[in-house]
Amino acid sequence: MTAIDSHSTPHDDHAHDGGHGHSEYPFLAHHFETPAQQFDSGKLGMWVFLATEVLFFGALFAMYTLMRAKEPEVFSFASNYLDTIMGGINTCVLILSSLTMALAVHFAQRSKKGPLVVCLLLTFLGACGFLVIKYFEYTHKFDANLKWGPAFYQPVVENGKPLGAPEAALVTESTPAAATAGSPLTVNPLIGKPLPAEASSIKRAAMGPSGLASEDAMHAHDAHGHAATGDHDLAMKTHVYNAQMPVNTHRFFGIYYCMTGLHGIHVVIGMFLIGWITLRSIRGDFNSKYYTPVDLVGLYWHIVDLIWIFLFPLFYLIH
Amino acid sequence: MTTLDATRPLDTRPSADNYLTHSRGVLSWILTLDHKRIGVMYLVSVLASFLLGGVFALLVRTKLLFPGEVSWMSAEAYNHFFTLHGAVMVFLVIIPSIPAALGNFVLPIMLGAKDVAFPRLNLASYWLWLLGATCVVLSLLMGSFDTGWTFYTPYSTTTRFGGVVPVVTGAFILGFSSIFTGMNFIVTVHKLRPPGMTWFRMPLFLWALYSTALIQILATPVLAITLSLLAVERIFHIGIFDPAWGGDPVLFQHFFWFYSHPAVYIMIVPGMGIISEIISVHAHRHIFGYRFIAFSSIAIAFFSFLVWGHHMYTSGQSGLMNVVFSAITFSVAIPSAIKVFNWLATLYKGSISLTTPMLYALAFLFLFTIGGLTGLYLGTLNTDIHLHDTYFVVAHFHYVMMGSALIAMIGGMHHWWPKMTGRMYSEFWGRIGCTLVFIGFNLTFFTQFMLGSQGMPRRYYSYDQLPGMAEAFKTYHHISTGGSYIMALGFVITAIYLIHSLYRGKPAPANPWGGRSLEWQCPSPPPHDNFKVTPRVGDCYDFSVVRWDEASNGYIVDRSLDPELNPNAPKRKGHH
Amino acid sequence: MSNHSHAHAGADEHPLVGHLVPLWILFATATVLLVLTIITVAVRYVDLGEANIYIAIGIAGVKATLVGLYFMHLKWDRPFNQLTLVGSIAFVVLLIWFTMLDSKQYEPQLIRGNPTGVQTELGQKAPDAPIAKQNQLIR
Repeated sequence: MTAIDSHSTPHDDHAHDGGHGHSEYPFLAHHFETPAQQFDSGKLGMWVFLATEVLFFGALFAMYTLMRAKEPEVFSFASNYLDTIMGGINTCVLILSSLTMALAVHFAQRSKKGPLVVCLLLTFLGACGFLVIKYFEYTHKFDANLKWGPAFYQPVVENGKPLGAPEAALVTESTPAAATAGSPLTVNPLIGKPLPAEASSIKRAAMGPSGLASEDAMHAHDAHGHAATGDHDLAMKTHVYNAQMPVNTHRFFGIYYCMTGLHGIHVVIGMFLIGWITLRSIRGDFNSKYYTPVDLVGLYWHIVDLIWIFLFPLFYLIH
Repeated sequence: MTTLDATRPLDTRPSADNYLTHSRGVLSWILTLDHKRIGVMYLVSVLASFLLGGVFALLVRTKLLFPGEVSWMSAEAYNHFFTLHGAVMVFLVIIPSIPAALGNFVLPIMLGAKDVAFPRLNLASYWLWLLGATCVVLSLLMGSFDTGWTFYTPYSTTTRFGGVVPVVTGAFILGFSSIFTGMNFIVTVHKLRPPGMTWFRMPLFLWALYSTALIQILATPVLAITLSLLAVERIFHIGIFDPAWGGDPVLFQHFFWFYSHPAVYIMIVPGMGIISEIISVHAHRHIFGYRFIAFSSIAIAFFSFLVWGHHMYTSGQSGLMNVVFSAITFSVAIPSAIKVFNWLATLYKGSISLTTPMLYALAFLFLFTIGGLTGLYLGTLNTDIHLHDTYFVVAHFHYVMMGSALIAMIGGMHHWWPKMTGRMYSEFWGRIGCTLVFIGFNLTFFTQFMLGSQGMPRRYYSYDQLPGMAEAFKTYHHISTGGSYIMALGFVITAIYLIHSLYRGKPAPANPWGGRSLEWQCPSPPPHDNFKVTPRVGDCYDFSVVRWDEASNGYIVDRSLDPELNPNAPKRKGHH
Repeated sequence: MSNHSHAHAGADEHPLVGHLVPLWILFATATVLLVLTIITVAVRYVDLGEANIYIAIGIAGVKATLVGLYFMHLKWDRPFNQLTLVGSIAFVVLLIWFTMLDSKQYEPQLIRGNPTGVQTELGQKAPDAPIAKQNQLIR
């Protein structure tokens, strides 16, 4: 990233021995003829880089689309474990930080150093705020073992025993197949425990693409598992024992962490970049003649915002 | 723009102050921002990797002399060696060879620019290459990997060899190295063209590099994310590619080939660009069908994104997509054939100098035609079902990747060697080396077409159990391995005379071949800043203004004869 | 910069290169973006079945377009830069389109139920979990 605007620090040895001195434009690197050429090059370079970012995330979006098309019930079930309000607040935070970034470019273009620095600091704060909220979201899920892969099927242990493990009576109740008393049992070689024979028929989970509203599913679970406390936290922590949980629900969290995690990494990179140009603008490097780094970091920051604009509905706003 | 008499000859006198001598010390190289030095560092690194990958290949070929088990190489070691050969050759050698090594050196000079648009990004790209190469070496220390260079899941997510994660990390990093080179080239071509050089005045090598850069920036990120997901899947079992966790291995292949098919064109398109240069310069004839060649590069870049599924006919891809991808695959043949016909037309009635670069270019024409045409067999759905995963495929892609891309790269290296080093190599040994490589290559890989069509599967350690075929296969394998030794001998000779030329070679004139584009109008080796003043350019394939100059023992470009630079130039016959 | 008292103070107010977007456009864009965010969150609580996701994606598309046009200056930028963004999105669409076509085609052949890794994990970590019993892998 920093390397993109190679022209931004004209004081490397390479720049000095250009055939022609650019005394009028000290920021102009030796291999450019005019400031416009340098600005256009930087901008095009950044856009080309953003194109790679779009494709970088594009493959993840493709994977999301395929997974959702294949197992829509997983997505409508699992998205209820995400906190829409937190996600919505985060969206607003990012939009506002995008606004301050756009304002920063505006003030840099007008050589207004004070407002420029203020706007950059506000943008930086926005990035911090986003990450703090994200941190709370993540830890909340980690506490409930809503993680990727095998850990997803790890019951939350409280007071030395798995939280929410159903009583024996409730098991038969919640699994109608097992209720057929006296049915011959087969042994599942993979699990090594006896299973009812009928259970081996291919069967989708109870919820379909437009099936049960998943809120209901969670309440239904609460009803026989935990005496209908309606406790969202408890429902999250006992998700393993939820009879309504569709097959492969862990995949939702796998891709959720992949996509939001990669986005989060981009936010962190953005914070470094914003910090860097903040320092440079405090030093007074930017003015109406030369503000390319502010503009380019701005573009980067907006694409980070833009990607979140799509991540938010895809994960938080589906049923 | 600087106004200067456009007809004045550019300064081509050799100078003691050139890019090699401009500054001294190791640091002045590893911290350099000079595209020429970065290109040279890339070239050295790529050639070192080529040696490594070549040794792996020879080990594999030597094993295949024996149909059964051998005591000195276990089946496991064999799997590691062919995997390493593939991974090293694809990611470390062929992909960076032409764009990053030769392209870096030549592109800005051809444009009359002082450097690429983002010199520091360029250096970062080289460092990333080094880091990626380090990761590949690290993977060897961490248990190596035996997945094949394609890393197909679920094998790659479950294999017990621990080198998978480091090597995909390496490929991820190498991907960004490649992306940065591509970004640089796109911006440089867009923004740093000299006065007079419109898009259709660019040397065709630049069109090829531009098309390549488009593929690099559009396809490589998908590989990067796919390989990261593979690593994540392997470590955390998130259920994306591994069916044991609900993943979809066919999806991995889709993502992988979305990059890796276009990557084949990252390898071959710049090679085609080099061939356009070599053929026109060494046949001293205006390139035929300039626009067709230029547009066919772009067309190949575009079509390359639409055909990835032809790698997956037998992988569980649906019948519908098999048919769709098979149909689109044939469209790639059109721009490729356009290029070949235009090169042939350029050679027709040209005054061909059979120099080493020209010999490599002729070898390219021959080998690429075979490689391309056999590709049609594999693109055809029903024949591919038979030929898939046999030696036929191995032979086909070696004809394209090695017989075409690498041969073009070596041809281009000879073409620009005098410019890069300021020394001439031995033309005699050059021709011997090229002949040996050509003969050895065909012996090695033509036999593999026969092996494959008779059913010898690729990647097999032993073939003594194959019913009724073991004896026939043994003969073919012997010829193939013998050919690979001849080829290796050719490369060793090439390495020897090239290294020899560095110390004992005759000083090179600025324009030893009679080239017309800008790199032949600056001294050999070029000065630090390439051109003092951004030069005006005319038609870079108009060789009628090039004449022999006895004094410098090379050609000079007489700019005063060019009607585009000098309106008063005498009208000549045959100029168009 | 601190040279407002400079004789050419006016010149400093105009960028040498690039386009200066008026402040009101930036604020208006942000306002519309925030309003759209509130709308899209509100729609989530209305059950429209399958339509929900398309509405959400549509609103996201509008928001992304606004960010691109005004915050990222694309409205005034060079056509090639506009093409870069649109083109890259087109290639993502290509990737999604072709893989979706294929995935839809081979989906009926896939084996339903909890995959082996999940079954093992459930059997060990949460043997009482109901899912493993409901959906078995058929071989």
